[in-house]
Amino acid sequence: MTVPTTYFVIFAALLFAVGAAGVLLRRSGISILLGIELMLNAANLALVAFGRQHGQLDAQVFVFFVMAVAAAEVAVGLALLVAIFRKNQSIDVDRLNVLRW
Amino acid sequence: MVTAFFYLAAAVGLVSAAVAVAHRNPVVNVLSLVVTLFCIAVNYALLGAEFLAAAQVLVYAGAILVLFLFVVMLLNAPEEQPATEPRPFQRVAGLLLAVAAAVGGVALLMGLRLSLPTQSSPGSAQALGRLLTGPYLFAFEFISVLLLAAMVGALMLVKRKH
Repeated sequence: MTVPTTYFVIFAALLFAVGAAGVLLRRSGISILLGIELMLNAANLALVAFGRQHGQLDAQVFVFFVMAVAAAEVAVGLALLVAIFRKNQSIDVDRLNVLRW
Repeated sequence: MVTAFFYLAAAVGLVSAAVAVAHRNPVVNVLSLVVTLFCIAVNYALLGAEFLAAAQVLVYAGAILVLFLFVVMLLNAPEEQPATEPRPFQRVAGLLLAVAAAVGGVALLMGLRLSLPTQSSPGSAQALGRLLTGPYLFAFEFISVLLLAAMVGALMLVKRKH
């Protein structure tokens, strides 16, 4: 009564595509970060599914590390957004068109 | 029964992921991503990764998305305005790329012929803890340095200059 690995990885691939669409199409900085989170989670799910396929726990350790790195990434990314908002009064990435303030 | 659970979690997860990406209101985006992350936690539980399922709910849905929600409230982020300079070509190209990633990925994975896993390796907290404090001890300790660096970096970025 186990669900085949292929089902999980196809679900992960679809989630990844949805996240990629968010990153590519949205202009709000927060939505772009949310899309990145979705892509990270899809990769995590694929890792766990393939790890079960091979009967190894190492994949789950990797997912644990990815979660920690994602937490760090979100903290820095959101701090950047707050700094950009203070400067620009907007988090629209289209308006981030200067390299030097 | 288990398969039905998987289909339910996958359907709810995909719909809420689409809402998280497509809705214009940032609060709705964040809250529907919470639903997606819960569905991914269900998937972890179905895969036998009990510890990860708990960590997913605690760390992702509990901590990371609360941080997102906090920033959305703090910035009082408005709904996305119509673009000042619409770039139709780039939007179409982005959409095509995402669809290509979905179709290509699914087509590739459909051809995957995998036998059902025979031996199960339950991802209990005890088994993961043995790995984390054994072969992966260095990486595990290094995570603390990474988190400290991220914390200092975030503080530096949002500090007001006097």
